[in-house]
Amino acid sequence: MNYIADIFLIAISATLINNFVLYYFVGICPFIGVSKNVSMAVGMGCAVTFVMTIAAFLSWTITKFILIPGAPVSSFIAGIFLPAEQAAHIDLTILSYIVYIFAISSSVQFVEMYVRKFFPALYKSFGVFLPLITTNCAILFACLTIMSHVAGVDNPADAWDLAKSLILAIFGGVGFTIAIVIMAGIREELDFCDIPKAFQGAAITLIVAGILAMAFMGFTGVDSGLGNMIKTSDTTAVNAIPVETNHQQIKV
Amino acid sequence: MAHDPTPFERFIQGIIPENPVYRQLLGLCPTLAVTNNMQSAITMAGAVTFVLLCANIITSLIRNLLKPHLRIVIFTLTIATFVTLVDRFLAAYMYTMSKSLGPYIPLIIVNCIIIARCEVCASKQDVFTAASDAIGQSMGFALALASIAGVREILGTGMFFGIRVLPAAWPDWVIMALPPGAFLTFGLLLGVVNFIESKRAEKKIHKG
Repeated sequence: MNYIADIFLIAISATLINNFVLYYFVGICPFIGVSKNVSMAVGMGCAVTFVMTIAAFLSWTITKFILIPGAPVSSFIAGIFLPAEQAAHIDLTILSYIVYIFAISSSVQFVEMYVRKFFPALYKSFGVFLPLITTNCAILFACLTIMSHVAGVDNPADAWDLAKSLILAIFGGVGFTIAIVIMAGIREELDFCDIPKAFQGAAITLIVAGILAMAFMGFTGVDSGLGNMIKTSDTTAVNAIPVETNHQQIKV
Repeated sequence: MAHDPTPFERFIQGIIPENPVYRQLLGLCPTLAVTNNMQSAITMAGAVTFVLLCANIITSLIRNLLKPHLRIVIFTLTIATFVTLVDRFLAAYMYTMSKSLGPYIPLIIVNCIIIARCEVCASKQDVFTAASDAIGQSMGFALALASIAGVREILGTGMFFGIRVLPAAWPDWVIMALPPGAFLTFGLLLGVVNFIESKRAEKKIHKG
């Protein structure tokens, strides 16, 4: 149950609370560049979600099986040349950035060719955005987040599994789509407004994004509240303590 | 442009007339993310300067070997190598800063400024021109980061470089240090820069 709660919280947090665009500022370039009308924004959002999922799968696999100390593939290969104790501790995480960026850009190339060949209709709707987002910060950011949760944890039991990584990527992409579609809707209306000449284009978009970010800040704390609710429903005994302390705080 | 700009002209161009952030709208992700105080903004600008300079020099050296369809991959791999160097350096000598910048140091890899400069300038020019272009552009980037970070730090915490400049009675505008403040500050500054630029353009027309 706690596992499902964790997954649910990762999803909520990636979509609303720590929205990739409005909280972490990644993927700002398409957010400003491709948010002129809603249909293009939806296409861009789908493309980002799609690529992010592939990238998350790749980065989790690479980190788990090649990069972290004692990973099966690297220690097996190193075992051919080195004594066993050294081979088990070989740490390749220093190469992570180069490996990720290479994996992302090559996989996007392949996916683009495949989609163009076998699903022409799908390619027309969002395929044109695929090459553009190879070097999108949002994709690399998702990979780095997954890496910090796989390689950076002190307790091996806390490390994320594949399902959690994929959930982060999918819902991060959904959060990006929500943000860019809202933005496109607002910008379609802004076309009828009388904006000072200096603020037309990017400047007014950024100010609107600031107000949107303020609105999304309203979700802060939703995750811990929900987490307490879900997790306490099966462990009522543990729950009783924090509630009491809450009351005491209010009295004081 | 009628003539090819000289190295010195490229250097000057990068700072104000073609400022990467305000005029070309490149590299917005670090511009918004690390500008809640001056120190992290300056560190970020330093890291970008190093990476941009090295990447431009390397790209310029290998420009005759580049294959057109592989060049973007080569650029990103070159950049990723230098970013790894910077990241290790910061983790070794400025640990707290490296922690607070977090994922934004590796995100320099996909910073559009560097890829754009490799593509537009370094892959066509000799090493000296590419290096001066890199320094000019990164000075422009540093200037932009410093302007946004200055406004945000002073209004958000009443301090500048960690030294109090506004009276203690100043009610800290906490929102300026939070994500919405980044969007608002940058949007307003961008509007102001556009306004000044349009006034200058008008003056030029009147003179000519």
